[in-house]
Amino acid sequence: MSLAVSGLTVRLGGRDVLREVSFSLAPGAFCGLIGGNGSGKTTLLRTILGFQRQAAGRVERPQTAGYVPQKLQIAADMPVRARDLVELGFSSPRFFFPLPSAKRRQRVDEILAATGALGFANQRVGELSGGQFARVLIAHALAGDPRLLLLDEPLANLDLRAAAEIVALLRKLAARGVTILVSAHDMNPLLGAMDHVVYLANGRAASGPVAEVVRTEVLSALYGYHIDVIRVHGRVIVVAGERGVQAHGPEHVVAIP
Amino acid sequence: MFASYLLSGWIVASLVAFAAGFTGFFVVLRRESFAAHALPMAAFPGAAAAALCGVAQWPGLLVAALLGVALLFWLKRGQRRDAATALALVALLGLGALFLSLSGRYANAVYGLLFGQIFASSPADIPPALALAVLVPMALLMFFRPLLLGALSPDFTAGGAKGDVLFLIILALTASFALPVTGALLVFSLMTGPPGAACTLAASPRTGLMLSVVLAVALIWSALALSAATGWPAGFFTGVLAALLFLAARMWRRARQAPQLPGPA
Repeated sequence: MSLAVSGLTVRLGGRDVLREVSFSLAPGAFCGLIGGNGSGKTTLLRTILGFQRQAAGRVERPQTAGYVPQKLQIAADMPVRARDLVELGFSSPRFFFPLPSAKRRQRVDEILAATGALGFANQRVGELSGGQFARVLIAHALAGDPRLLLLDEPLANLDLRAAAEIVALLRKLAARGVTILVSAHDMNPLLGAMDHVVYLANGRAASGPVAEVVRTEVLSALYGYHIDVIRVHGRVIVVAGERGVQAHGPEHVVAIP
Repeated sequence: MFASYLLSGWIVASLVAFAAGFTGFFVVLRRESFAAHALPMAAFPGAAAAALCGVAQWPGLLVAALLGVALLFWLKRGQRRDAATALALVALLGLGALFLSLSGRYANAVYGLLFGQIFASSPADIPPALALAVLVPMALLMFFRPLLLGALSPDFTAGGAKGDVLFLIILALTASFALPVTGALLVFSLMTGPPGAACTLAASPRTGLMLSVVLAVALIWSALALSAATGWPAGFFTGVLAALLFLAARMWRRARQAPQLPGPA
């Protein structure tokens, strides 16, 4: 197992943000962490990283984990180029910022090339487009050579093409054995790429292969409210059912005219 | 260039500017200009209290500046931090004024503490300034990576407050040593003008830091030379040159960038 979360409960401000969340991922898994705003996606990622203390439960993860935080904005007046941000991701030495060396530079170039970011390596990070910046943040996270990569809403605010390119990049990394856990409020850009899903609602989680979790019964049970899962042309639409309607089998799914 | 009685002033000012160039780089990156303004203000009553008790300035400044760090940090946690912090600063300034008034050296001392008395430095001021010029760069270089990552986003460093406290302490140290030289009001200019210009001009963090230090030392030397030549206060030249330096850097960058903007098709 690359990542194993068991019975995880996290309390913030007297409220259980996560309640007994359990799931595990094999090395090289590509897992989507899906849930609405405030469903606890960021809290789960931060707890896995050890930034946030849990009230109960265990997290087992590889020593090295990369993290791409959400909603990161770096001002254009910061004298930090894409290659500098990647170099800052090197985990050793922990302190100081060693003088540039041919070896470090070559390693930075390799990571930039692997993430398709070599073309704008010398631009300030504050001047990059959303898609370019996402690549550089992934490159920064990869500099520590992690076996597990956690990404918090990396596709938010990206246009469709940039989002698809980032998903393809993450897929490539998963194929190399890096376990990917990527949060998103909309799972559609990840469909076809993710082989596993952790769905968060009401502080609880449903997890497993996509086809087993993203189903009307499972999500209805999770939300405690009738939810319809509609599949159209390979996309999934999750809609709340009418008030008072009980959860039924998939045969009751409403068809879109 | 300077008469011998000006020499110690020149040495002390150079050492202080050297340290301020290092600290200022992180002040600008971490957007702590407000703290860089506030901490010298917090240190001011410490110097005033030292004057009242008739003891050396350094310890008073340092203790007061560190109390200022604790105060800033405590206020940061509250909701109305801007108003509360501003009022705390005003109260501290008023306290300093009271201490100085009680010490009976009001006018001269106020002028020195607020606007600086570079040429009043004596050889006895050199050892503390030297200690500052060694310790502050060493600490900042050691924590260069975590401080820089924290400046980019708190999410890179687990969002912990350790880096913040560490940096504010280094800032307090710089401010309290620089205060008697450039004055409470003008330490600020040394810690924002040259580093601001350096961040605008430099490509990478390493060159930014080096440029910040070079510009800070060049700034204080120019201010001293102009002051010696004109008889006007060095503090005036420090403040004005810092602002001009920043302005020139911004204009240079804008002029250099302009042709790269996509023109009409």
